[in-house]
Amino acid sequence: MEILVLLKQTFDTEAKITVKDGHVVDDDVTLVINPYDEYAVEEALKLREAQGGAVTVVSVGTDRVEEALRRALAMGADEAVLVEAPAGADELTVAHALAEWASAKQWDIVLAGNVSVDSGAGQVALRFAEVLGLPHVAAALKLEVGDGKAVVHRDAEGDTEVLEVTLPTLVTAQQGLNEPRYPSVPGIMKAKRKTIARVTPAAPVAAATVVQSVFQAQQNRRNTMIKGSPAEQAQQLVQLLRGEAKVV
Amino acid sequence: MGLNFDLTEEQAAIAKLAREFADEVVAPGAGQRDKTGEFPLELVKQMGKLGFFGIPFSEAYGGMGGDTVSYALAVEEISRADASLGITLAAHCSIGMGPVYYFGTEEQKQKWLPAAARGESLASFGLTEPGAGSDSAGTRTTAVRAGDHYVINGSKSFITNAYYCRYIVCTAVTAPGKGHKGISALIVPNPTEGFSIGPAYEKMGLHASDTRPLYFDNVHVPAENLLGSEGEGFRQFMVTLDGGRISIGAMAVGIAQAALDAALKYAKERVQFGQSISKFQAIQFKLADMAMEVEMARMMVLKAAWLKDQGRPFTREGAMAKLFASEAATRAANQAIQIHGGSGYMEDFPVSRFWRDAKLTEIGEGTSEIQRIVIAKQLGC
Ligand SMILES: Cc1cc2nc3c(=O)[nH]c(=O)nc-3n(C[C@H](O)[C@H](O)[C@H](O)COP(=O)(O)OP(=O)(O)OC[C@H]3O[C@@H](n4cnc5c(N)ncnc54)[C@H](O)[C@@H]3O)c2cc1C
Repeated sequence: MEILVLLKQTFDTEAKITVKDGHVVDDDVTLVINPYDEYAVEEALKLREAQGGAVTVVSVGTDRVEEALRRALAMGADEAVLVEAPAGADELTVAHALAEWASAKQWDIVLAGNVSVDSGAGQVALRFAEVLGLPHVAAALKLEVGDGKAVVHRDAEGDTEVLEVTLPTLVTAQQGLNEPRYPSVPGIMKAKRKTIARVTPAAPVAAATVVQSVFQAQQNRRNTMIKGSPAEQAQQLVQLLRGEAKVV
Repeated sequence: MGLNFDLTEEQAAIAKLAREFADEVVAPGAGQRDKTGEFPLELVKQMGKLGFFGIPFSEAYGGMGGDTVSYALAVEEISRADASLGITLAAHCSIGMGPVYYFGTEEQKQKWLPAAARGESLASFGLTEPGAGSDSAGTRTTAVRAGDHYVINGSKSFITNAYYCRYIVCTAVTAPGKGHKGISALIVPNPTEGFSIGPAYEKMGLHASDTRPLYFDNVHVPAENLLGSEGEGFRQFMVTLDGGRISIGAMAVGIAQAALDAALKYAKERVQFGQSISKFQAIQFKLADMAMEVEMARMMVLKAAWLKDQGRPFTREGAMAKLFASEAATRAANQAIQIHGGSGYMEDFPVSRFWRDAKLTEIGEGTSEIQRIVIAKQLGC
């Protein structure tokens, strides 16, 4: 079984975001595999362990992305490919760049994250599937593959929808699909010896969107100190949560 | 390339793995294990599967083919979360596997190392005896050659990982009256008839590490279990301890870092006289000193590890790193308690555990006094 995982490198979710001159500064932040994509890597590895085959991870980005690809290799992926990001890329550009490279090979299943935790657009994987004419199912919580089909339990806004889809197909991972493994020390050592293939898109597709501005979100934090005996405090807290915050 | 403080990609990746594993898996139960003294066998198994127990050993013997720097970084991270698990790892690799790895024959290495490198079983090192601590040449345990066997009699004290070991490398006198030149090292499989492991000591700290006395009552081991030749045991063990000091230093750095992290967090949160105590210069100076010492200790440990990886002498640097890091860890833990005030004296906060755990690093694998003797000797005194 040929398994492809689309992978994006994102900010560590705990990283402090700073915006300078209309750009997000990423010099000093720790970058990680987008957590949803890590579920996809884990699911790919589990599929390979159960059914044999190979797992290839691919990412669009700059040199720094190698670190994320190496981590996927250290987790157990067989091959990694880095597609150089065309200038001014948006989701459309990235989806086409990935598809251009991926179309040269037959994949049984393509896995990706449901969204990335940075831009949160949730566009690339589904666009990629559209470009290649693959059926796609988003936000998988459970995946069973066999007999040329995949049965996907997907998160439908809190409910679960069960779909059957024929292979090849693209499935995106939702939180809860699995618990990603740690890369092992031998995995890290093996990953070191692997070469990450580099690809430059031959016919990049121009971006369809333009980012007008990037600015730091203003957060208005308010503190309300509750006073009184524990019983009074609890009562006040419930009132505030009901009346003001409207969460209970 | 000249001086360069960057880690290689795989050193950084191993450190990151250790950091994540320490924070996510090791740290949550560390305080509880300190209370119950339960040995975390499941964690050891999990770490074994991830390759932690074989980092600095060649793949030819089941190791991971990593280096001492990566290993030191891993020991630091694990010890930061739980020093008991840190010493379990450090003692297993440096002094349990070390002697066989560095002085064993090809057959001995193939027989004993792969399972140990995978963490399927642990390895122990038996040097200390009731009458032979710092004066390790005062070994009384004897090994008498009888045909194709040695017969061992005597006892050992304070042996780490003893209950869980598959083998222990121990020193015994094979030529009485010849002082340290009469001491040899032997691999004793566990279990072996006549070899018994006593009950765990009640320790001041490192509660979730395993430390026990060992007894040898006419223990027969095949002559092929001799490490190197007769009379080489003392030297082999001293060389092993040189390497071990790097990992005890790394363990101390981990504890010191934990003490600093806890103290900084508390100082920012605790409000007295209308402001967080981190605004008081007296507290700031303590934190600044702790941070400086952690940095210095880490640099010294990594330098000693780097020298070892380059195949260069590191006795002096290893002793300095162990000495400085261990004393810095105790100081840091002590100040962390002070910064916590009365809360620091309570077991609800981890800082008293750090202090109890840190103290061992000034004693094990050569006391601070012995390190100063080693350093002075290296200076030519
Ligand atoms: C938790 C723990 C785990 C251990 N694990 C192991 C293990 O796995 N294997 C093993 O073999 N051992 C182990 N040890 C033993 C440890 O290495 C010894 O305790 C240590 O070397 C000190 O020996 P000692 O306890 O006999 O103290 P002593 O040697 O009796 O020292 C007492 C004091 O005298 C000082 N002193 C001694 N000689 C001199 C001198 N010449 N000049 C100045 N001062 C001196 C010492 O520094 C110390 O302050 C462990 C100990 C502990 C506590």
